[in-house]
Amino acid sequence: MIFMYDLIVVGGGHAGCEAAHIGAYLGLKTLLITANKNNIADMPCNPSIGGTAKGIIVREIDALGGIMGKVADRTHFQIKMLNNGKGPAVRSLRAQADKVTYPKVMLEFLNSTPNLTIKEGMVEDLIIENNKVKGVILNDQSKIESKSAILTTGTYLKANILIGSENTPGGPHGEARSNNLSDNLKRLGLDIQRLKTGTPPRIKKESIDFSKMQEENGDNKYYTFSFDNPPFYKINEQQKCYLLYTNAKTHEIIRNNLEKSAMYGGYVTGVGPRYCPSIEDKLVRFSDKERHQLFLEPESIYYDEWYLQGFSTSMPKSVQEDMVHSLEGLENAIISKYAYAIEYDALNPLQMNTSLENKIIENLFTAGQINGTSGYEEAAAQGLIAGINAHHKLKGLEPLILRRDEAYIGVLIDDLVTKGTKEPYRMLTSRAEYRLLLRHDNADLRLRAIGYHHGTIDEERFNKLKEKEALINEVKNILRNNNLKLNAETKDLLTSLNIEIPSFSTNFYLFLKRPEINMGIIKKIIPLDYREDILEEVEIEIKYEGYIAKVYKEAEKAKKLEEKLIPKDINYDDILNLASEARQKLKDIKPISIGQATRISGVNPSDIAILTVYLKKKYDK
Amino acid sequence: MDDTICAISTALGVGAISIIRVSGEEAISKVANLFDGKNLNEVKSHTIHYGHIINNGEVIDEVLVTILKAPKTYTKEDIVEINSHGGISTTKKILEILIANGIRLAEPGEFTKRAFLNGRLDLTEAQAVNSIIKSRTDLERKLALNTLSGKVSKKINNVREIIVELLANIEVNIDFPEYEDALEITLENLPPKLKEIKKELESLIEEGKIGKIVENGIKVAIVGRPNVGKSSILNALLNKNKAIVTDIAGTTRDIVEGEVELKGIALKFIDTAGIRKTKDVVEKIGVDKSLKVIDESDLVIHVLNNNETLTEEDQEIMEKIKDKTHITFINKSDLPTKLKIAKDDIVKGNTVDLNGLDKLKDKIGELFDLERINNSNLEVVSSAREIGLLNEALNSIDQALNNVSSKLPVDMIAIDIKKAWDLLGEITGESYQDELLDTLFSKFCLGK
Repeated sequence: MIFMYDLIVVGGGHAGCEAAHIGAYLGLKTLLITANKNNIADMPCNPSIGGTAKGIIVREIDALGGIMGKVADRTHFQIKMLNNGKGPAVRSLRAQADKVTYPKVMLEFLNSTPNLTIKEGMVEDLIIENNKVKGVILNDQSKIESKSAILTTGTYLKANILIGSENTPGGPHGEARSNNLSDNLKRLGLDIQRLKTGTPPRIKKESIDFSKMQEENGDNKYYTFSFDNPPFYKINEQQKCYLLYTNAKTHEIIRNNLEKSAMYGGYVTGVGPRYCPSIEDKLVRFSDKERHQLFLEPESIYYDEWYLQGFSTSMPKSVQEDMVHSLEGLENAIISKYAYAIEYDALNPLQMNTSLENKIIENLFTAGQINGTSGYEEAAAQGLIAGINAHHKLKGLEPLILRRDEAYIGVLIDDLVTKGTKEPYRMLTSRAEYRLLLRHDNADLRLRAIGYHHGTIDEERFNKLKEKEALINEVKNILRNNNLKLNAETKDLLTSLNIEIPSFSTNFYLFLKRPEINMGIIKKIIPLDYREDILEEVEIEIKYEGYIAKVYKEAEKAKKLEEKLIPKDINYDDILNLASEARQKLKDIKPISIGQATRISGVNPSDIAILTVYLKKKYDK
Repeated sequence: MDDTICAISTALGVGAISIIRVSGEEAISKVANLFDGKNLNEVKSHTIHYGHIINNGEVIDEVLVTILKAPKTYTKEDIVEINSHGGISTTKKILEILIANGIRLAEPGEFTKRAFLNGRLDLTEAQAVNSIIKSRTDLERKLALNTLSGKVSKKINNVREIIVELLANIEVNIDFPEYEDALEITLENLPPKLKEIKKELESLIEEGKIGKIVENGIKVAIVGRPNVGKSSILNALLNKNKAIVTDIAGTTRDIVEGEVELKGIALKFIDTAGIRKTKDVVEKIGVDKSLKVIDESDLVIHVLNNNETLTEEDQEIMEKIKDKTHITFINKSDLPTKLKIAKDDIVKGNTVDLNGLDKLKDKIGELFDLERINNSNLEVVSSAREIGLLNEALNSIDQALNNVSSKLPVDMIAIDIKKAWDLLGEITGESYQDELLDTLFSKFCLGK
């Protein structure tokens, strides 16, 4: 035994960084073990943080005291609000993060976190006593003791890189894979599944003819992911991305070589994600489409590689050359890194509790791709929750479990532990039935107080939240208590803005509800000297009050079922007449509430009725 | 788990044999204690035994007892069926003895509720069983069987599919905003799609009216001034046709004077306060009462006297029923005409030659399109709960259309569309709801 830690985090990816940071922040003596310090918070795939739903997750992580948003704010070179033309519920930030500075700044954050030590090494086994984790064993057979462990091994478990029929054992970026950990986990009784994902080719900048492509610019407005820092960039210094399309020639090359791809040649056994298909997949599934969109995105301002988004493939290198050269503007392109598919071992997430603790091995938590998810943001969110809950477990506190109507993070974890996943799980806004409540703008209003309660948000940030809430109410009151005066001045203003003059005077609160009215117009009539985020929040809450109330009511209704807890000692064999499939699923998944049980596939309404009646009889006395 | 329950599972007074059903853990042992014959504790499942029900040494009745052991029974519990042929009083006596021996009288619908809770039936099936038991005409049975076989669910699912395709399209727009793969759903192209869904829902609701008529019959109110011949018309209608059910208190919720079957549909004449009173009692319908009757009915037959001129009172009634489905019946056509009236939907006749009454029935058939109902495959929703949910779904789509006019974002309007989808799911039992079960089971009839 070398050292005694409270928490060991295995893996320095996005999940591992958040887990180690928050564990240490909460006071746990924490060790982060990673194969290569320079690869901390590496971005092996797309050079961006955020995206639809994912951007909101980053805000939620920040609201709960995580660091992803702060690092992204300091290292991106372009940022955009997606879905800006749509409703506020589906707006989400996406930033092009610099692949060189992002890991650097993340390492700085971790290095400045007290209680946290980072060590290079490769974990190959766990020390387990009485089904409780007691530490880890490295590949040099040295042992490190700890009270708890979080596995955030990403795609490195028994990973294989596939390019055409080439199959090379190894993780992304030519890093060594973990050979034995997944077998050892299996030996401990855990269920392992094989998943697949892929990444497109990288192109040398000087070989690209951008003149044949359409520019994609960042927004003309300042945004930050974090609630705690100002923007660090300049709008006019943002980098450009480019839009291009596949064409008939590209499609012909792909069709003629289909059987040479790792996927269609039958060289892959893992299951890939439906929402992020390879270009050959897109062609096969949407055969009548004449062209597909692609984007060229710079990976960093410190080197000249561009990421060809949408062109993920597992074709052999020679075919990739032809495919890339068939694209307009890439006729002379130099491929600096070929696209590849990667297969890896992951755990079946149904083996986790909602706290992310393993059901079989106590004090062992897992987060990120090892749980079957995809994406940096999904990984970071789980890392954060695993870190908090490892701390809470050791301190004898109740775990932090977010409901589906509180956060995308709640939806993510509930989906994983209730439904499991057969393909890498990506968050989508459509997975969230209460997405109107889970907005970009209100992530702090939803979650900061919860963070404060769980010790991850300090007094200062909590006071800032209180102040924001007070200001929002203040503005609402001003709008409620002041009437639009239909004097000549107002009439002239409205006429000049081409807005119909109301036939009677109303207060500004009601006036704002009209479709053609926004806060900008109201500010011209009545002085409102408040921060923009305050005014935006007020505008959203007033304008969409009806819908928000409707969804809130639905959520409240569902909450009643969530609050019907199922005792941990329930014996499903005691309940006569449950359908056998339902009984098995309930035994495996061990839902914490009737609400969660209703979401298990194969558990039918009649099973729920039987379960409810049983619980009432047995426990309501 | 559950206690043992019993109930008379055949209609009282109908047929020579009554069956008392007992279900639960103690069903066999408790009945065995009262049974003089083979030891029922030792017989095989699904067998019938001859013997007597004995209470305190007294023979109550000669019976056949069927033993059905769990789980292959209706409730998935042990079931004993006592076939008694001693008429109402003996059957009731046996029931009382069972209750005295610690078997609880079943609540309405409890057997079916147990069948459902024990996984024997799903929700729609349980509801359909209930309807079959209650059905009195062939059409009613056909309707219930269609529900049981899932033909109705299929129709609902078709609409759900249209909705979910639209929702999926909206979701793709939101989650993959930069991709042009899907049509962008906008406030301009959304309304036609919503109107298509609206049309589908409206047609289901319209068809549902057929279901409602088949299941519940047509409630008819005969109104008119005193002495225009309301009671003789009612009597003529009831006498000429065989009444299905007479006025047994408690058989129906409404106070029905009598029922006749018209082309497989039950016409239920609702009590119009004293219509059947003897002629020497002055007939006087209070305004409130007649208004209530008119309100509750599906059809109002307004009777006028051919031999008298139109009175103010007649006109008052006409004013009150003008928005209801109604027929004006001019009675006493055999007497000289003094009545002057210009109006549609008039039938003339009298209760002497019955010719006019046949025309009246034809008119009813026409108004309610009974021909179409008879030719309908009856794959329609019928229960009030289902029609209510359909209407709520329609409401949601209307709200969506309204919100399009208010220029709210499409992703919010999706909330209304999703709501409609969920409501339809409730009909087909795709979503679990506490209250749903409670309301459903409270409506089941006694016995099976």
